[in-house]
Formats: sequence, C-alpha cells, structure tokens
Amino acid sequence: MSPEELTAAIDALLRNHPPATTDPQDFLGARFDAGLAWVWVDRADGGSNAAPALQALVEQRLTAAGAPQPGAYNPIGIGMCGPTLLAHGTPEQRAKYLRPLFTGAEVWSQLFSEPSAGSDVAGLATRARRDGDGWVLDGQKVWTSFAHLARRGLLLARTDPDVPKHNGITAFLVDLHAPGVDVRPLRQMTGAAEFNEVFFDGVRVSDADRIGDVGAGWRVGTTTLMNERVSLGGALATRAEPGSDILDGYRHAVSRGEGNPVRRDQAVRLWIEANVNHLTAIRAAAGGNRGKPGPEGSVLKLTSAEYNRRAAEFQVDLLGMSGSLVPDYEMRRPTLPYGSGGVPAPTTWYLRTRANTIEGGTSEVLRNILGERVLGLPGDVRVDKGVAWKDVPR
Amino acid sequence: MSSGVFTEEQEELRRTVRTFLERTSPESAVRRLMESAEGYDPAVWKQMGEQLGLQGIHVPEEYGGSGFSFVELCLVLEEMGAHLFSGPFFASAVLATEALLGSTDEEAKKELLPGIAGGETIATLAYANDAGHPDGAVEAVSTPSGYTLSGARHFVLDGALADLILVVACADAGPSLFAVEKGAAGLTTAPLSTMDLTRKQADLVFDGTPARLIGSEGDADDGLVQVLRLACVALVNESVGGARAVLAQATTYAKERIQFGRPIGSFQAIKHKCADMLVAVEGARSAAYHAAEVAATGDSSLAVTASLAKSFVGEAYLSVAAENIQVHGGIGFTWEHPAHLYFKRAKASSLLFGDPLHHREILAARFGL
Repeated sequence: MSPEELTAAIDALLRNHPPATTDPQDFLGARFDAGLAWVWVDRADGGSNAAPALQALVEQRLTAAGAPQPGAYNPIGIGMCGPTLLAHGTPEQRAKYLRPLFTGAEVWSQLFSEPSAGSDVAGLATRARRDGDGWVLDGQKVWTSFAHLARRGLLLARTDPDVPKHNGITAFLVDLHAPGVDVRPLRQMTGAAEFNEVFFDGVRVSDADRIGDVGAGWRVGTTTLMNERVSLGGALATRAEPGSDILDGYRHAVSRGEGNPVRRDQAVRLWIEANVNHLTAIRAAAGGNRGKPGPEGSVLKLTSAEYNRRAAEFQVDLLGMSGSLVPDYEMRRPTLPYGSGGVPAPTTWYLRTRANTIEGGTSEVLRNILGERVLGLPGDVRVDKGVAWKDVPR
Repeated sequence: MSSGVFTEEQEELRRTVRTFLERTSPESAVRRLMESAEGYDPAVWKQMGEQLGLQGIHVPEEYGGSGFSFVELCLVLEEMGAHLFSGPFFASAVLATEALLGSTDEEAKKELLPGIAGGETIATLAYANDAGHPDGAVEAVSTPSGYTLSGARHFVLDGALADLILVVACADAGPSLFAVEKGAAGLTTAPLSTMDLTRKQADLVFDGTPARLIGSEGDADDGLVQVLRLACVALVNESVGGARAVLAQATTYAKERIQFGRPIGSFQAIKHKCADMLVAVEGARSAAYHAAEVAATGDSSLAVTASLAKSFVGEAYLSVAAENIQVHGGIGFTWEHPAHLYFKRAKASSLLFGDPLHHREILAARFGL
C-alpha cells in the first residue's frame, strides 16, 4: 500500500469512527480491520503490506486525532506478544488471537522469568510434559506484569531436560483462566504490586497452542525479548520535550531559594542526556528497524534505564528533606488503561527506577549483548555449554 | 539526511572520501606530517581540491564550490576525524569559509571564496584572545590608505601556514571582519607547541598591519557567534569519526589480545567497557548528525543544538579515546601506538570553541536557570 492509500485509509477510519465518540475497543477493532494495526503485515493480521517505516505515519496521525493507544489497553500484548505472534504464530493462531490482542479484549502477559531463572532465562525449569494430544504444565513464573488482568500468556517451558538448556525449551500460548493457574501479587520495594507470581499446577494446554516447533522456544523468546527492549527503550522517542521536567524541577528549586551551581550543571547534563537518548530513538526508528528490532533497542534500553535512575534521584535531591517522604506504601495493583493511575510522587518514582536497570534485561546482560552481538567480542567462558539442562548446577 | 540517517548519495560520497583518505592519510602520513612545521601535504591538498573538490564542498557553485549542504561538509569531516587527517581543512574549509559565507560582502566572497574552494588559497580565522575567547585584543584603525590592525590573536588554527587570515578586530563601530594577507607588514606569526600535533596553531601579532574590511564595520559580532556555532557542529562531526575509529581499535584489540589463555574481550571487565564505548559513540552520532541537519536547514534552534552537541560529543570522544588506551594496556601508552594521537585530538577538540562546561553554561543561561 502506498503512503497515499494509507493516508486515505487513516482518513476513512477517523471519519467513520470518530475517536471522541467511539468506544476505545470498537475503535481499535476498526483500526485492525482497516489494516492499520501493523502496516507491514498481511491484511488478515491487521496490516496493509506497506513499508514498515510508514507505521510512524499511522501513529502520528492517530495520536494527533486523539485516538486510543492500543498499548495502553494491553501493554505486554502490544509491545511483546503481538510481534512474537506475527513472527512465529501459525495462520490459525494469528487469526484467533491477534484481533482481541490488539483491541485489548484479551489482555496478555509474558511468562519467561522464574525464581531461579532471571538473567539466565534459558535455564528455566517450568515443565511441559506430553499428555495425549496436548501438554501439561507444572512450575512457577515470576515478575509477570498484568497477569491479574490477563486472559492469555506467552510462556516458555522446559520440554526436554536431557539436552542443553537452549534446545529443550518450547513456547506456548496459555489460557490464564484455565484450572490450575494461580496468580498472586508480588509486592515490590515501592509498596505496590505491579507484578505477579503465577503458579501452574497440572495446567492443560492444547498442542494447537504451541508456538513454533518443539524445542524451538528459545528462538521465539528471543523475538519477544528484543521487542521488550525496543518497547522499554523506545518510549523516549515519543516524549514531547525531553528533559523539560528536569529543568522545571530545578526552576522550582531556584524559586525556593535553593539554586546551586552544581545542581544547575547537573540539570543541564541530564537535559542533554535526555535529548541525546531521544535523538537516538528517532535515529533508530528512522533506520527502518520497525518490525525488525536491531541492536539500537539494547543501546536505548541501557541508556534510558541509567538516565531514569539519575533523573529520579536528581528530582528527589532537589526536594531536600521533603524528598525523604512518600505518599504511602499501599499495595496498589496496576489497572488498565495503563497510565490512568496518574504520575507517581518523586520519591515513589525514585524507588521505582531501581528496577529500570534490572527489568527487561539487566544493564550487565545488555552490555554483554552489545559486546557480543554488536561488537562481535568473544563470549565468556561457560560451564553450562553443551551440558544437558538436568546436569547443570542450580 | 533526515532523522539522523544519511541518504544513499551521501553514503556514496562517504565511501569516496574514505577511499581517498585511506590512500592519502594512513597513520604513516599522519606521523610524518605531525612532525613537520606545516602539518600538511601540499600534493594531497592539491589532489583533494582538484579531484574531489572537498575544500569547496559547502561553497555555493556561484563562488566556485560544489554547492553541497552543511551535512556533506560534516560527513567529510567525520571521515577526516577517523583518519586524523592532518591539514588546514578545518581552518580553511570550515572557519574561513563560513566566516566569508556569513558576511554580506558580495565582492569579497566573489574574490576570495573561489581560491579557498579550489584549495589554491589556505585561509583561517583569527578571533580568540589569550584565554581562547572571542574578545577584543585587536584594534582596527581607519587611515587614508585603508585599515591597519594592531594587537594579538591567539590559538589560530594553521595560522602560520595560512595565505589569508580573516581577523575579527574592533573598529570604531564595533567588532568587524578583516582580511590580512600572509607576510603583510607588521604581521608576526609564532607557531605554538600543541598537545595535538595533528592540528597546528599559531599566535599572531599585528602591528599596524594593513587589512581589508570585509562587510561593514561593526557587523562581525553576531556573525562570529554564528560561525562558532557552525564550527562546533563541524568539530563534533569530526570527533564522531575519531570516536568510531577508537571504538573499532579497542574492539579489534580485545578480540586479538590473549591473556590468561583467553581473548581479553571475553572478560566482562573489558567487554562492558567496550559496550559503554559503543553507547557513547551511538549517542555522539545522534547528537552530531542532528546538529548537522539543523545547521544545514538554518533553523534557529542551532544555538541550543550546537551547545548540546559540543558538550556531549566532547565528553564522549574524550572518554572513548581514554578507554581505548586502557583497553590496550601498556602498548596503548607508547608513542608508536596511535591511541595517544586520538586521545590528544579528543582532548584538544574538547577545549576548542569552548569546553563542555562552557557549553552547558550557555544552555543554562538560555533556559533561564
């Protein structure tokens, strides 16, 4: 589809379904049916066979028109599970799951991390055993965003413990309302419970809900994780005036008579950093890597996490003793649409940013990825290489 | 270029320039020239003008140049930075060229720019006082037989070599731009002993030196500010080339150097250092390419963008040049290894046209902080 045809399709969508008066889910359904969900894929999958770079045009036009953001209604589904389904799902799976995923009718979670498999996700232990024409799941997942609201999950399980860890993993699409699934809140240092622990006790999964080949789950999971980094790092690209919150924070401090040349320079440094990250995000997006995330995602994920931590600390420092106060430590759980909970207080946000350099790949793992996959440096010495998963110490 | 991504034509130009520099500016040539007083190879300079027209890349065709945008000038500088190209390119094709292009003096442009664009004239800009700031220090007096200049200009890039020196001097109506020819009466040039041997500097003393007014009296104030902003943008793009080169050197060495029976790049202490270098280089590219785009469009945001880039890239280049020495260990500290050449270029560039803190001060003042 040409840019002109795409523009016409956007015009028609906005004309027939005015965002102001249309239910968000209905609007997103109409957007999917108009081929404007992911423009570079086939019509049946919510696309228009257009150039991937044209996605930016769609996002800009729809945002300007005040249209609902699909990511707000299904953050993990849009950011990670959708792209994974597009890359690895069968036509039947895509037909069944993509539309309700896009509209938010079915919220999705990603179930990779486990208590004993954090940075070493491929060491995961949740078992999927063959049972007739299906599978049975037993195990525990952790750090699962939105599992308390989710209907579906993208899960990696161990299907063969007798081969090296990467080769014995299979990916599944699981119904989180199925018998044997138990979702419990996981309370974090901010007091809130953004994440969940999910327990699987004899949960049945149909073989039709296996994604990718048996034993090929690691490749499926890699797609998801690359999209996670783009999604976490790329949020900066859309920010209107990067770093303006830092300058405002410093101006407030000055108005209280607490200006200081060191903090002033810190403010400008952070402003510069915010803008450089923003420019890198724009450059990465313009590089045409939409739908095919590249190493820029890992660069951005790393820099934005480190920036967030410093920026949040700066804001708390500006507050002096008031920075030592928190509104409360209530165990809040996220609601959808995402972001509707308002802006967190500076100290709460400061505490939250400690997770930025851990979630979605620690900064240390990301440096390994940049070093090995981008710069081509040799891997570290590994004791689990070529060893059957069941024989690796844990 | 848009959104920091170059067009296919621009990448083609990059390849051409790179091939030329690989041939004419290998490390051996850089070392030979840095030990010489002039610091450039006249034969290479001539070829560069005649075959590639690089000296006139940002000079409009009506003044004898090839009429490319500021982005192409920055792209050429990036490749030069990667090769530590030694020669008066920055002085002539950036500083003097931009100073003339920014003036309103059509006659001077028509007369002077074609020579600079073709490489026949080597020009520079003398604007700094003994603290490196654009400030007073040279007085222009109007006499019946024309203007004469008296005073001193410092840290003039390729000031001892230049055939044509554009001088910012104070006339009755304020700061004005003048042209002085090499060997003019009362002009003394003193080459400086620079840390970065690949970029020559000189102090110039004027004592009743005859000079030609470019434009009108008092119009060099804003003009110089704009030229220095463009110079910052040009310099950060040159620095990006150097930063990319040292990242490649460090990475290559980390793959080859064996200690404790393993390539040192397999140790996370080294791997993570290299990853951080990559992150710094990618950020520097984003800032520098964006600044080049803004400079090319003439957007009013140049003041902010130039200082943003000069602060960020200055620190980024210096940090990766320093880490390159560290990754190399002992060999990286030797004279025979090129790591110090890049380190010196990085540090000197960080100080040139205002250091990172100076540019953050500019930003803070603009933001009303």
